Amino acid sequence: MKQKPENGIKQFVPKKAATVLSIFIFIVAVGASAFRNDATVKQITFSTINRDSVESVQAFEIVYKTLMSPRCMNCHPAGDVPLQGDDSHLHAMGPKRGLDGKGVYAMKCSNCHQETNIAGLHMPPGNPEWHLPPAAMKMVFQGKSAHELAKQLVDKKQNGNKDIKKLIEHADDGLVLAGWDPGEGRTLPPVTHAEFKKAWITWLQSGAYAPKK
Amino acid sequence: MAKITLNINKKDYPLEADPQMPLLWAIRDLAGLKGTKYGCGVAQCGACVVHLDGEAVRSCVTKVSRAAGKKVVTIEGLSETNSHPVQKAWQEFDVPQCGYCHSGQIMSAAVLLREKPNPTDQDIDDAMSGNICRCGTYLRIREAIHTAAELQKKTGTKG
Repeated sequence: MKQKPENGIKQFVPKKAATVLSIFIFIVAVGASAFRNDATVKQITFSTINRDSVESVQAFEIVYKTLMSPRCMNCHPAGDVPLQGDDSHLHAMGPKRGLDGKGVYAMKCSNCHQETNIAGLHMPPGNPEWHLPPAAMKMVFQGKSAHELAKQLVDKKQNGNKDIKKLIEHADDGLVLAGWDPGEGRTLPPVTHAEFKKAWITWLQSGAYAPKK
Repeated sequence: MAKITLNINKKDYPLEADPQMPLLWAIRDLAGLKGTKYGCGVAQCGACVVHLDGEAVRSCVTKVSRAAGKKVVTIEGLSETNSHPVQKAWQEFDVPQCGYCHSGQIMSAAVLLREKPNPTDQDIDDAMSGNICRCGTYLRIREAIHTAAELQKKTGTKG
């Protein structure tokens, strides 16, 4: 015997109760979503880091050859005496780093290095901020492999507590820019500042991968 | 040319000079103070050291414009009576031979003793390595600086 269709569907929850329950769940879900804050994190992640180890390591090749050029490395020596010249010999007169990186006693950097370059071949180059990294954070470039330098550059304990934003800004630091205005008789870094900055940002934004060696 | 007033040894010198002129030129040729010497002209020898607001700058590469509004002290102004401890020690040890570099040597040593009243041999090397003496009086310079440190302690005089 056939049953009537309206009696064929078994009602587990009454229709009225199901409607009220659905509205309640919707309200709770909307309320809960208002307290979520991971949307901003996602946005930052996508806008600053697009991980690509191949692109990153390729960009670092340009960064490395620039930082290891005399114009950058001479003020990032392994010892406490700055380097000098295109052959990166120890600075004549042996000036010392000092605690603040600005020299000691009668041998402070600004005693010879003026605010601007001095005209003439091999005369002291100038910048208002002329100094080495301070004794507490020497930021050595000299003698570092590409792998070691890449690791060091992004290590806040060794880079002056700089995050990626500050590292990117540092490409336009006055003393960094001075490397491209070295005074007469000194070679320029191997790429232009624009090319360096592009490689620097690419390296950082693609994950700051360190080369294997 | 520009009008620049230099304060040298506590005295004002109104000068007309190219702002790019080396401070040494202004001191010697315009102010007429000949105690500071020209050595190399490229900041390599230290013969031209004077104090600029207390720092031992090389006046051959320092533009005169940098000294405007600051206090310049030359060898003539280190002490009005030649009684600075470094000068006394220099006399006691008869340090100079030809003497040409010694106004620069003394001005550098005075900065060292101000910042490090009891310098070690290493401190002396670190402070004086930019002052070259072609006569090789380095050992007497070192002894004189140690003696000057003792004199400074006794008299309480500071550079």
